[in-house]
Amino acid sequence: MTALLEVEDLRVAYGKIEAVKGISFRVEAGQVVTLIGTNGAGKTTTLRTLSGLLKPSGGRILFEGKPLAGIPAHKIVALGLAHSPEGRHIFPRLTIAENLQLGAFLRTDKAGIEKDVQRAYDLFPILGERRKQAAGTLSGGEQQMLAMGRALMSQPKLLMLDEPSMGLSPIMMQKIMETIVELKASGTTILLVEQNAQAALSLADQGHVMEVGKVVLSGTGADLLHDESVRKAYLGED
Amino acid sequence: MNELPQQLANGLALGALYGLIAIGYTMVYGIVQLINFAHGEIFMIGGFGALTTYLALPSGTSLMVVIPLMIIGGAIASVAVATAAERFAYRPLRGAPRLAPLITAIGLSIVLQQLVWGFYPDAKKPRSFPEFQGESFKIFDNLYLQRADAFTLVLAPLCMLALGMFVAKSRSGRAMQATAQDPDTAKLMGINTDRIIVMAFAIGAAFAAIAAVAYGLDKGQINFEMGFLLGLKAFTAAVLGGIGNIYGAMVGGVVLGLAEALSIAYIEEIPGMQQLGGGAWANVWAFVLLIVVLLVRPQGLLGERVADRA
Repeated sequence: MTALLEVEDLRVAYGKIEAVKGISFRVEAGQVVTLIGTNGAGKTTTLRTLSGLLKPSGGRILFEGKPLAGIPAHKIVALGLAHSPEGRHIFPRLTIAENLQLGAFLRTDKAGIEKDVQRAYDLFPILGERRKQAAGTLSGGEQQMLAMGRALMSQPKLLMLDEPSMGLSPIMMQKIMETIVELKASGTTILLVEQNAQAALSLADQGHVMEVGKVVLSGTGADLLHDESVRKAYLGED
Repeated sequence: MNELPQQLANGLALGALYGLIAIGYTMVYGIVQLINFAHGEIFMIGGFGALTTYLALPSGTSLMVVIPLMIIGGAIASVAVATAAERFAYRPLRGAPRLAPLITAIGLSIVLQQLVWGFYPDAKKPRSFPEFQGESFKIFDNLYLQRADAFTLVLAPLCMLALGMFVAKSRSGRAMQATAQDPDTAKLMGINTDRIIVMAFAIGAAFAAIAAVAYGLDKGQINFEMGFLLGLKAFTAAVLGGIGNIYGAMVGGVVLGLAEALSIAYIEEIPGMQQLGGGAWANVWAFVLLIVVLLVRPQGLLGERVADRA
């Protein structure tokens, strides 16, 4: 059986500097897979390459068995790969409703879009209350909700979340993580990049630890959570 | 007789013309942060496209038919040149240091001007536009509106309104706003940002062609050099209004046009300033106004402070 996403020996370079040095992993449909690691490990670079914003310098990316090489970013969304970028990147001067509509830019089923906008408001009620407000006026956590809601609007087969908990208060982080669990329960496949290893591993089926452009350790979320080296390096224990 | 209403009308018409051209600077800048210094030449080429169309029509055709066709012909020429410039001169430099596309734009401006000078028949001297001015419209005893000014004053607000609606309401307009605010994320939404950039160049060029027809009808002629100063003024208008903001372009144009008209009429009446008034000094006062506004509001009249990126 082919996995939803297969990454084989992926390499990405910025000029002469290689940021991702040959990594491989798979994401099966229905799974939550997480990439953890410190700043500069290459996690964000990996996601940006998967969504087509960066060009790989080597290796293969197969999405539903088909290679993604050479497909521009705006066409990759259409294949079912949505990316909620690091730092949220909502459109600050558009309203919340307009931001969500843009997430469904390639869809033409008006009724379906309306339904999904409503679903985003159900998932994050605060977005519904402020739908007419410029997105730039939202707090960091609310912007994160909007970024996630917007990514879901394309009805992705694979949702990629880059650092959804970054810079959030513990309560907000809790809320975001609960949402990920909810999405997982409803069958959404998620590739999650996180610095908060504890949170990410406790809800992931599979985890991969990245260090300076390489995957150094892989296993189930539970295994990694109990791995001694992971606990030392990422969970602050000694 | 009080001549203020007349001066205001003159200034408004001139300003609307600046505004139409300024749209081209502001749209391109808003999306790719490029100052397209060749835009003045795009305006000029719109004029020559319109002239070509006029000359191709049988003489004696009604102006009601000629002028719309001239606008279309001019827009075809200006849009073709602007989109080709985007594709072959600017796109390869996307991601290069800012200075590279800026110098390219200046070079392109010279090339386009010289091509028209060298290859358009008889372009070495001014070429005549159709006779249009005729009798002015009398609004009040002290306010007459020239036909060409009326043409500009009707068309410019209509164009602005249409553009405003397009950007705010249409799917492509929404995509345009998204691309201006965050191009990479716009791609993640499925927006073909290359197409949006081409669209921005094309809209600016079409507006410039309309302005060129208005300008030619006003002066009765066009020439290969007309894009330089008007382009510079329109760029000033765009900066004055807040570059990147389409309404700012129109506001900046009108403020600049009014300032010029009023300076021509009134500065020489200020005691001790006789030497600094009249038409010869209008450009100076226009740029003085720009400097003063930028000192007080660096982001321009309607510009937004750049602090909203989370």
